[in-house]
Amino acid sequence: MSRPIGLRAALLSIALFALLIAVWHFATLPAEKAAVADSEYARLMGGKKSAGLPTPAQIGETIVKHVSDPLYDNGPNDKGIGIQLAYSMARVGAGFALAALLAIPLGFLIGMSPLVHRALNPFIQVLKPISPLAWMPLALYTIKDAPTSSIFVIFICSVWPMLLNTAHGVASVRREWLDVAKTLEVGALRRAFRVVLPAAAPTIVTGMRISMGIAWLVIVAAEMLVGGTGIGYFVWNEWNNLSLNNVIFAILTIGVVGMALDLMFGWLTRLVTYPE
Amino acid sequence: MIGEFLKVEGLTKVFPPARGGAPLTVFEDVHFAIRRGEFVCIIGHSGCGKSTILNILAGLDEATTGVVVMDGREVSGPSLDRGVVFQGHALMPWLSAYSNVEFAVRSRWPEWNRGKIAAHCRQYLELVGLTGSEHKKPAELSGGMKQRVGIARAFAIQPKMLLLDEPFGALDALTRGLIQDELLKICAPTHQTVFMITHDVDEAMLLADKILLMSNGPRARIAEIVVNTLPRERTRSTLHKEPQYYAIRNHLVDFLMTRSKQYADGALPDHYDSRSPPVVTPGLGTHLASVHGYVGKIAGKPVLVNLRNTLN
Repeated sequence: MSRPIGLRAALLSIALFALLIAVWHFATLPAEKAAVADSEYARLMGGKKSAGLPTPAQIGETIVKHVSDPLYDNGPNDKGIGIQLAYSMARVGAGFALAALLAIPLGFLIGMSPLVHRALNPFIQVLKPISPLAWMPLALYTIKDAPTSSIFVIFICSVWPMLLNTAHGVASVRREWLDVAKTLEVGALRRAFRVVLPAAAPTIVTGMRISMGIAWLVIVAAEMLVGGTGIGYFVWNEWNNLSLNNVIFAILTIGVVGMALDLMFGWLTRLVTYPE
Repeated sequence: MIGEFLKVEGLTKVFPPARGGAPLTVFEDVHFAIRRGEFVCIIGHSGCGKSTILNILAGLDEATTGVVVMDGREVSGPSLDRGVVFQGHALMPWLSAYSNVEFAVRSRWPEWNRGKIAAHCRQYLELVGLTGSEHKKPAELSGGMKQRVGIARAFAIQPKMLLLDEPFGALDALTRGLIQDELLKICAPTHQTVFMITHDVDEAMLLADKILLMSNGPRARIAEIVVNTLPRERTRSTLHKEPQYYAIRNHLVDFLMTRSKQYADGALPDHYDSRSPPVVTPGLGTHLASVHGYVGKIAGKPVLVNLRNTLN
């Protein structure tokens, strides 16, 4: 009766998953009657295949096919899922890293100086709500390179949560810790790295986690627009191929990778969080 | 006065007016002095500006007027010469007990090598009885142990003066007693000069050589300076058996219960001079007082000779 809650939750998850697969399976069974009633039409359309959504079994086959050969490259429009993901991850990584490089030091400055905070606040408030994709035309025009433009879009969407969280974390470092540093005549640099940074680290990493989540959402849309490579382009390309199997597989992949990225930052948050 | 280690002269703190209000003078014209090796407690009700005075001594706050001179130099800004034990321990929760002390020691002696720093930190952690818990984070330590780390951190930098902001206020009575004993044990052999805020009359009587009594704020002042006439080698277990014990205790409690308010309402005693508030020696007659070093008045002002030396 008193099984641990973790085990019970896992059992419930498995049951829900099985139910989902079952509903999906029965909902997508080939409608035999319809095919018989209009067999002429079916024959004209070139086969007995159901025109509906793919069944779970078909998706399973697709998953096995992609996962067993993730790195093939048969030209521009036919690359393995591993290669497409690598392109997307590289863009997200580059844009995110650039954003962190700017946002964390600037956030420090804003958090430490009320003057800088007030001076920059209007700019931040105007720039923050702009959809990152709205920057795309301007980026394409200025940078004149599609993949670099998508990196810029990732940069611009990752910068705000990191900037605001860093500023907030730095500004709300407990006064008594700063007082300790003052009475010990700790220099500005040492204070920043030994007191402010560890004190604000949980808030900063939370900002990075939010940024990464947004970046992963945006990269799919950006690559659909820009084309060429990446998981977003893969989705769009498979839609044009009318391969719903591949589209569904790509959707699942995006979800799994997004979860993995989030877990990574969750682990990092736990690493820097201190109990009070 | 010659031989004073710390001199506070004409200290006044005025807080700027809140919206639509008048400026608030928390305390004004505060004068007192502390000799080298003296343990001074300050008692007063909340709002009399005790913590502000301590922060000014620490260099963390600025007085509106007045000066603080320590060891011949004016205090302006924080310094490693003055160690502070904060009210809420102020330990950095991401560092272990050891690392909290190490942070201070490394700030004080950046040129020391790792081994020397480690030996020094261990020595001070041992002094406060924390050997074995060095690697615990503050969250894993009890309230008393946290405050012990705070004390070790302040002592480890070997400051010329120690400032304690009501360090035991949040502790239960048993723990408080234990740490008070430890503090006495550490302070006595090193002749550490200490300025401490407390709300606890018994704590002041156990620890202090001299107790500054503040009238209620706003416009608080040092109303009296009470000399602790109990023998220096007092302990918590023998304190209440001393003949002067109740005289001093009653005097302090009376002050807190009634006079602190009367003084605030303007009923200061005749000839009150904020530059040298009256010095009282409850429980001792003039004769005894002079034997123990309190030599009455010279030119109308109470004068104190080195009480600790004569008592020891």
